[in-house]
Amino acid sequence: MDRRLMAETHRARLAFVATVILGVIGGILIIGQAYLLSDVIASVFLEQANLSQVTTSLIGLLILILLRSANGAAASWTASEVAIRVKHDLRNKLTEHILKLGPAYTQQERSGELTITATEGIETLDGFFRDYLPALFTSILIPLAILVVAASMDLLTFIVLLITGPLVIVFMVLIGMVAAAYSHTRYAQLGQMSAHFLDVMQGLFTLKLFNRSKAQIQTITHITDQYRESTMNVLRVAFLSAFMLEFMATISVAVVAVEIGLRLLAGGIPFQQALFLLVIAPEFYMPLRNLGAKFHTGRDSAAAAERIYAILNTPLPEQAGDSVITDIQRIQFEQVSHAYADGTRPALADVSFTIERGQHVAIVGATGSGKSTLMHLLLRFIQPSQGTIRVHDGQLAHNLTALDAAAWRQQIAWVPQRSYLFNMSITDNIRIGQPEATQEQIVQAAKAAAAHDFIIGFPQGYDTLVGENGARLSGGQAQRVALARMFLRHVPVYIFDEATASLDQDNEAQVKQAIEQHTAGSMVITIAHRLNTVAEADHILVLDGGHIVEQGNHAELIQAQGAYFHLLQAYGETIHAGQ
Amino acid sequence: MQANDPMQPPVWRQLLQLLRPFSKRIAIALLLSVVTIGSSIALMMTSAWLISTAALQLGITSLGVAPTGVRMFGISRAVFRYLERLASHDVTFRLLARLRVWFYERIEPLSPAQFEAFSSGDLMARVVTDIEELQNLYIRVVAPPIVAVLVTISVGFVFALLDPLIALIAVSFMLVAGTLLPYMVWWIGKHIGRHLVAVRATMNQQLVDTIQGLPDSLAYGYAQSQLSALQSTNAQVSERERQESRLESLHTGLSVLMTNLAMFCVLVAAIGRVEGVFLAVVALGTIAAFEAITPLALAAQHLDKELTAASRVFEMIANAPVIEEPETTVSAPLTDYSLSIQNVSFRYGDADPYIYEDFSLDLAYGQRAAIVGESGSGKSSLVNILLRFWPYQAGDVSLGGVDLKSLPHEDIRRIFGVMTQRVHLFNTTIMENIRIANKPASDDAIIEAAKAARVHDFIMSLPEGYDTYVGENGVALSGGERQRVALARILLKDAPIWVLDEITANLDPITANEVMASVMQAAEGRTIILMTHHLAFLKTFQFDAIIEL
Repeated sequence: MDRRLMAETHRARLAFVATVILGVIGGILIIGQAYLLSDVIASVFLEQANLSQVTTSLIGLLILILLRSANGAAASWTASEVAIRVKHDLRNKLTEHILKLGPAYTQQERSGELTITATEGIETLDGFFRDYLPALFTSILIPLAILVVAASMDLLTFIVLLITGPLVIVFMVLIGMVAAAYSHTRYAQLGQMSAHFLDVMQGLFTLKLFNRSKAQIQTITHITDQYRESTMNVLRVAFLSAFMLEFMATISVAVVAVEIGLRLLAGGIPFQQALFLLVIAPEFYMPLRNLGAKFHTGRDSAAAAERIYAILNTPLPEQAGDSVITDIQRIQFEQVSHAYADGTRPALADVSFTIERGQHVAIVGATGSGKSTLMHLLLRFIQPSQGTIRVHDGQLAHNLTALDAAAWRQQIAWVPQRSYLFNMSITDNIRIGQPEATQEQIVQAAKAAAAHDFIIGFPQGYDTLVGENGARLSGGQAQRVALARMFLRHVPVYIFDEATASLDQDNEAQVKQAIEQHTAGSMVITIAHRLNTVAEADHILVLDGGHIVEQGNHAELIQAQGAYFHLLQAYGETIHAGQ
Repeated sequence: MQANDPMQPPVWRQLLQLLRPFSKRIAIALLLSVVTIGSSIALMMTSAWLISTAALQLGITSLGVAPTGVRMFGISRAVFRYLERLASHDVTFRLLARLRVWFYERIEPLSPAQFEAFSSGDLMARVVTDIEELQNLYIRVVAPPIVAVLVTISVGFVFALLDPLIALIAVSFMLVAGTLLPYMVWWIGKHIGRHLVAVRATMNQQLVDTIQGLPDSLAYGYAQSQLSALQSTNAQVSERERQESRLESLHTGLSVLMTNLAMFCVLVAAIGRVEGVFLAVVALGTIAAFEAITPLALAAQHLDKELTAASRVFEMIANAPVIEEPETTVSAPLTDYSLSIQNVSFRYGDADPYIYEDFSLDLAYGQRAAIVGESGSGKSSLVNILLRFWPYQAGDVSLGGVDLKSLPHEDIRRIFGVMTQRVHLFNTTIMENIRIANKPASDDAIIEAAKAARVHDFIMSLPEGYDTYVGENGVALSGGERQRVALARILLKDAPIWVLDEITANLDPITANEVMASVMQAAEGRTIILMTHHLAFLKTFQFDAIIEL
């Protein structure tokens, strides 16, 4: 059992304690009911009592039945309450932690996996708290209570229970082990088989192109049949331990019945006691069998817990200082390096440069040259592993890591290559740039981003919901909405990462002009894959393999005939733009 | 749920159809279930009779075979249970196999025309999960009520031998507990369940937004409000879960009540009506019989799940294919690869705008054409026209002078080598990924194709060369490498006409140029139709025709 999960019950301690206590009361009620039942039957059967003579016992029996039902309901309710609270708290804790880990973490993990862990993963724990944990406690407490009563009543039955009880537990542990091995194989195979099926479905177009789609029917049949055969082989053995458990439990009841019956014949035990023991015997094994049936729940939860705590135990990046600056005059990289998470190679090595207010700096280089890392450093999504980024506010130079991250980002407007649109209206998506913006300002921003015309073309205009990650908009439209966010901001630093690449030519020209007006006098950092957008920059940094291999303005770099010049050549058409 | 198509039989009937081939195995599994529960009822009843009779102290002979019976039932219960589990799991796996094949056989003709809409990973993963859910149809939905009915009838019959009134009481309780109680729980739970599903979906949505959009939301200081929105949805989820748990607790209490109340009423009725020796028999027998009734509430919940999963699956395959194989076909193998498109008009639906209108293009074998247009202008539809994935509304297309409409689809697809923007790599080795283009190809032929596609050196640099797994558990290939694998495929296929649809759209400019150069070089002498929005290629490479869309 997972100790970390067990410890989570402190979030609902009262409900948890109540669940255990109700479990014990349930056991006592079962014993009481068995006692009254055997009492009524014994009186009527052996003493020829009629209905009115056993009324008191019958009323008692009825009351116990009602109490038992109420107890069952209450125990189920408190157990659920434990599950609900733990899940609630864990979900909050997990999402908060993921957010604090930041984009550097969420981008290297598969975002789908994180979402699944936070939803389905946590939901898997439901069974642990609701079923498995209560079953674990009752499987100890109820048999123990029955054992005590049996001991006080009949030594032989007590011995039968005492011997078979632990045997059942041994088999149960065995089941647990076999089931673990079994479910491991089974889930691995099931996973492979599902993955194959999904793969075939997703590749159906490709299969069709090569006339291979019909042949897959045989493959699917073959793989599934193979899976069935191998799984059935495993099951034949795996179910044997369940068989033994079942066998022990039922045969023990039979042994008790025969053993008591034979002694009754000789008058060695009163009938009422004998019947009581017969009624109670199955109840002795019931909780144990019940727990056996819940084993897979325990295993699934342990697996889910593994994933959840793997995220929760990922250490948070160092928290930065809390200084705040507003008047940014200069950003200075001093021998900044950053290594990839695996630590093998540097994403950025020993990079130094300076950007002054009012300057437009372009950063170029092939995919993987370190452009994105540089941008993430500026946005404080990651921190330098070596070197310092300094920010000057006219009088003082601040280390970027000493600044409050949120306040720092308020000084920046950033438009990535593929902006993310949230699943809400266009207005709300633009408003993210400036939460206090008026509708009028939003429309202005949309106009600057060449988005207004297509927005009012929608039946619901600015109230149109964009769908998951802007699914209802084309790539270019989504990007223009994201650009409108930027136009709502008036900040000292603008960062563009191929922000206009997905726009068509007319819109691109229009938006670029608007950007130039909007950002005049600020610091503008452009990351470019297409070189025709950088010719007019004041300063160009050429990155290769994490190093700055060249810097200067367009004319200087053309003259040098170095890396920049060769990049231009590789781009073919754009070399003309430089002339 | 979707409104049912009057032509389609109801979902549950279609589901039962799927079970039909296994009716024999199902009958055996059901029988085993009934005798399993029957054994435990018999165990309790025989035991009760045994000790009651023994209490009369009439000597060992008065017990007859009861002691043996008790032991036998104690053993048989476990044995039958074991066999029953094997039998029902066997049915489950067979059903899964059938479901997969059945679904694939129906979705295959719909691809890609009607399938493209579902090709987003999420939807596809969804249907795979749905099909997996349906494998539980027998074990969770079909078996419990049938077993319950059979057990109820048997118990009623045995009890009636003792006393009809007692039988009536026992059967009535079993009926109420087996039908009314599950129905009530299902009916009340329906609304709660719907709200819970909705609020969980909202939470899921918000989580996806928060995690995927984290860079944007952090940069714009929006993350905190997203977190609070999530927390408030989380609280709503818990609130709905509490409602659900109250209902479940009520149900737990009521089923305990029904079982024991049944025993109580049977006992009270039996006092004075049956011989004393049978009092314990009917009381304990009643409790044991409820083992068949308790699973029914769960079955009701599962029924809902299965029906939802099933209607989603059926919905996907409900459409008829948009295009049929020609009735009369020209069977001679094509040797003339001249392509002629005359005044073709094409659109996806009657309400959609024409994408190709009055479009003509003649290409002798070995000629090259470029079709240029903005991304999103629908250039790709030409693939659907040429490979007969969608019917064209007007005009004629002929291949080697033969009307495309009279050619078997597989023959047409043999002629064309198609490369698209996205390359699907199957979760297997690189070798097998190339081999799908030409199943009987030798390893040497595959390596030749890879060399010509200039991907051989890259493959050899991988840990296990051509035997390296790609995707899920293997290496991830870059966009450029994927396109080169796609190129190796069509080279291996040795297709005479190549249709290249925006193959460089996802590549950075340098890689794009390199890939394009490799493709054009490898194409030597073949017909090429290049679709692109990258005008620079028109200067770099020679084309016999350039068409702007």
